[in-house]
Amino acid sequence: MAVNDMDTQTGLNAGKDAAKGLAVSARNISKRFGDKTVLHDLDLVIDPGEFLAIVGRSGCGKSTLLRLVGGLDDITSGSLTIDGRPAGGINQDTRIMFQEHRLLPWRSVLQNVGLGMTGDWEQGARDALEQVGLSDKADDWPSMLSGGQRQRVALARALVHQPRLLLLDEPLGALDALTRIEMQRLIESLWLRNQFSVVLITHDVDEAIAMADRVVLIDNGRIGLNQPIPLSRPRQRSSAQFGELTELVLNKVLAK
Amino acid sequence: MKGAKFYEHAIPLVLPVAIILTWQLASQSGLLPSRILPSPSAVVGAAWELALSGELWTNLLASFKRAIIGFVIGGSIGFFLGLLTGSSRYCDMFLDSTIQMIRNIPHLALIPLVIIWFGIGEEGKLFLVALGVMFPIYINTHHGIRSVDRGLIEMGRVYGLGRWGLFREVMLPSAMSSILVGVRFALGFMWLTLIVAETIAADSGIGKMAMDAREFMQTDIVVVAILLYALLGKVADVLARFMERKWLRWSN
Repeated sequence: MAVNDMDTQTGLNAGKDAAKGLAVSARNISKRFGDKTVLHDLDLVIDPGEFLAIVGRSGCGKSTLLRLVGGLDDITSGSLTIDGRPAGGINQDTRIMFQEHRLLPWRSVLQNVGLGMTGDWEQGARDALEQVGLSDKADDWPSMLSGGQRQRVALARALVHQPRLLLLDEPLGALDALTRIEMQRLIESLWLRNQFSVVLITHDVDEAIAMADRVVLIDNGRIGLNQPIPLSRPRQRSSAQFGELTELVLNKVLAK
Repeated sequence: MKGAKFYEHAIPLVLPVAIILTWQLASQSGLLPSRILPSPSAVVGAAWELALSGELWTNLLASFKRAIIGFVIGGSIGFFLGLLTGSSRYCDMFLDSTIQMIRNIPHLALIPLVIIWFGIGEEGKLFLVALGVMFPIYINTHHGIRSVDRGLIEMGRVYGLGRWGLFREVMLPSAMSSILVGVRFALGFMWLTLIVAETIAADSGIGKMAMDAREFMQTDIVVVAILLYALLGKVADVLARFMERKWLRWSN
């Protein structure tokens, strides 16, 4: 039931479905820290409602790119627009899920989900917890939850603000294989339902292909591959096409 | 099972009870002259008389008031300065080394100066207590705010918290365990400073009561005063532990 509520609520300020997700457009952006250039003249466009995965080796600049889009850092040169407006600082329509859960240990699960909300926040927070299947943990401390449950709370915390752009910075990296697949399905279903745009940073090619509409490889601060994933959903990891695409991307990642 | 519980509670009490009994016997047999140390029963009797005459309560209240007012003044200054230097690099550069220099002066060494400045009235004692309390709270607040997880602050900013929101939701709760360590240290300094200050120069308070009794060799009242300080120290400790249990509930 909470799902319908959320749909009508986003529908109010969105008008039509395609407008729910934010568009991101990066033209010629570079990022330097001191004299070290992390991103070189990079071009990238994300369509409204698109699920984009960014893969690459550690240190290739993928997390830096996410931080730029999220407004945590500023670009050194080039132009970056979000929803047609120049990006600058933190955007209230954008939410980030970090690699660590970053829950406040001194607030209950429910209070964590409602963080930063004003007015009558509690019902919204409860609905979001229900969406990630953790209604019964509302009054627990985060320390009482398992790793997977903590990331689900972090996901609820991101969703409660009804973001139009969700940035995922390897949020599943530390989870065990089964919990990971469960979380992938959960994120995919919530994305299908809410139609926000997603940028997923991951080092797991399999995860990228299971979830994304398009996979972008970043290699030494440049785009090394821009590969649409035309597989229908729900995706079968065992299909031949899935295997071919994984192989293709993986070879590109590993190529010197 | 009940028997085992009883022993667990009883065993730690065996030695103190034995000591008090021996003490009482030694006093009664004349082995321990009351000029050196009065018997436990004499101490209880003195405490009872002081309580009846009202002298005990007046002096207790005077000491307690000093302790609290001094603690609040010194604690607030230390807390505020700690927040300032903990959260702003410029304030830290500007203030911290000065504060550390002042901290190295033993505050009890200031007593002669304090008597010249304030006489033996209230201000001098409040000044000393406040000074003694300020530094442990300052240092631990500073440290607590400094060690707040940067990741949580970044998260708070992404999730729409303003400066006040970040302080209330992230920084203060994160620093709280460190601040409470400072509070416990400060409570110790508070009683120590007060005992010394009241013993040297005071017109009321437990220390004054003890010094008056010394003039007349009333060792029983002196011991009552010592025990009262111990009791007040215990009360402060219980209070600090209560605060810890209330504000650090999430950590166990």
